[in-house]
Amino acid sequence: MAIPNYWRSIPQRYRYEAAKCTGCGKIFFPPRIVCDECASRSFETINLSRYGKIVTFTVIRIAPSQFVDQAPYPIGIVELNDGIKICTQIADCNPDDLKIGMPVRLEFRKISQDGTPGIIQYGYKAVPVK
Amino acid sequence: MRDVAIIGVGMNKWGELWKQSIHEIFVEAALEAIDDAGVDHIDSMYVGCMSGGLFNGQEHLASVLADYLGVASIPAARVESACASGGLAVKCGILDVMSGASDIVLVGGVEKMTDVSGDAATFALATAADQEYEVYQGVTFPGLYAMMAHAHMHKYGTTSAQLAAVAVKNHANGSKNPLAQFPQLITVDDVLNSVMIADPLHILDCSPITDGAAAAVICSLETTKRIDKKPIVKFTGFGHATASIALHSRSDLTTLTATTEAGNRAFKMAGRTPADIDVIEVHDCFTIAELMVLESLRFFEPGQAGPATEAGLTQIDGKIPVNASGGLKSKGHPVGATGVAQIIEITKQLRGEAGDRQVKNARIGMTQNMGGSGGSTVTHIMEVI
Ligand SMILES: [Zn+2]
Repeated sequence: MAIPNYWRSIPQRYRYEAAKCTGCGKIFFPPRIVCDECASRSFETINLSRYGKIVTFTVIRIAPSQFVDQAPYPIGIVELNDGIKICTQIADCNPDDLKIGMPVRLEFRKISQDGTPGIIQYGYKAVPVK
Repeated sequence: MRDVAIIGVGMNKWGELWKQSIHEIFVEAALEAIDDAGVDHIDSMYVGCMSGGLFNGQEHLASVLADYLGVASIPAARVESACASGGLAVKCGILDVMSGASDIVLVGGVEKMTDVSGDAATFALATAADQEYEVYQGVTFPGLYAMMAHAHMHKYGTTSAQLAAVAVKNHANGSKNPLAQFPQLITVDDVLNSVMIADPLHILDCSPITDGAAAAVICSLETTKRIDKKPIVKFTGFGHATASIALHSRSDLTTLTATTEAGNRAFKMAGRTPADIDVIEVHDCFTIAELMVLESLRFFEPGQAGPATEAGLTQIDGKIPVNASGGLKSKGHPVGATGVAQIIEITKQLRGEAGDRQVKNARIGMTQNMGGSGGSTVTHIMEVI
């Protein structure tokens, strides 16, 4: 990923910053500048809950080159307690033990390395809550 | 507004066409369509191509292709909606004829995917997903459809064998299509024993990487009176809709809202319902996609497309024949060309020219062409006059 793009998204990747519509309360992650529910253009910044549950998942066995050294890895859609859904890898688990509905929390992790000259990219991964 | 007919179709044998450039592949299909139509000129051209830039390092494609086709000077546009680019080109051509701006229009699609490595092709295709919040995390296209499949199985009890039945049926149909990339017959066990790509999708649940082009000539219905071509096939409806490209932003992971919307718009325009459709080509980029599309268009109730496929209802001689051409699965999936190839198959079916895969008494056909994991869909309904 290009460095300006990575830098722009640090508030989301590191701190789960989302935009909450001051008109209707709908939450957007990543933030938007117009609400698709009430057309309001006024938002406040909130931090998303780090806890949620698995809505669906798969195990990536044939991975893109940046992720080959991690394969096979589980990845899923997690619904956080605020109702926001995100796509995230699920770490520190045996894929065979994962189930839809399982509680997870988000942790700050290395996501990938952008080739030899590129930056190390960080962000969130879900971890099952024991 | 004017009625629009389809008077010529052309498509090459799809596959790994290392000896041919993107220009040659497209021009071959376009010339065949022009010859089939029997016209001496075209007024304008629309070409669907997802990523000439990433696959071939070539943008500005509409002018390149018009030049190589020998028609430079006409207005030509390349349109992009990921894997729905071809369907979108057809829709743009219809609007051009309807408006009266053009009378005879070439609509085509092309993708030359084997000029780059498998990894580069995977990257190019993944640009149809949300780069920042899906691809960044390590998801792949099979991974996105695998997550839909898992959610569908969890909600409705859909099985891997039902998914496999889609692939088996489409390869059986493709074995009767001389232009198909993978005409081989396969069994449910072949699918279930093939290598796992992203659970629960095996490699035989996935459509392939393909080079290919498809083209059609469309014109106003008045113009067909000057052309000796029977039977005449006319567009009676089309629909186009968008949805979030990020799968995780959708409220229900087991349905495709853009497909439902685009379907409803086409049904309404044509004054038809799913029960009226004799033959349909749908976007089976993965086996689960065919099931979800059939449910989203309401050919089957939610959760019922899997059992229906297993029971043979979507075979060529079934209640609603689906992907008689072999679909993306067997025919191949050069992404920009797919939507146009669907139109070609329905044209052949309605003209009664589909050979061994002919659906009996096909008079009303439909196509559904989808971008990405469902972020865009274009539908068409076509009928014999
Ligand atoms: Zn709002």
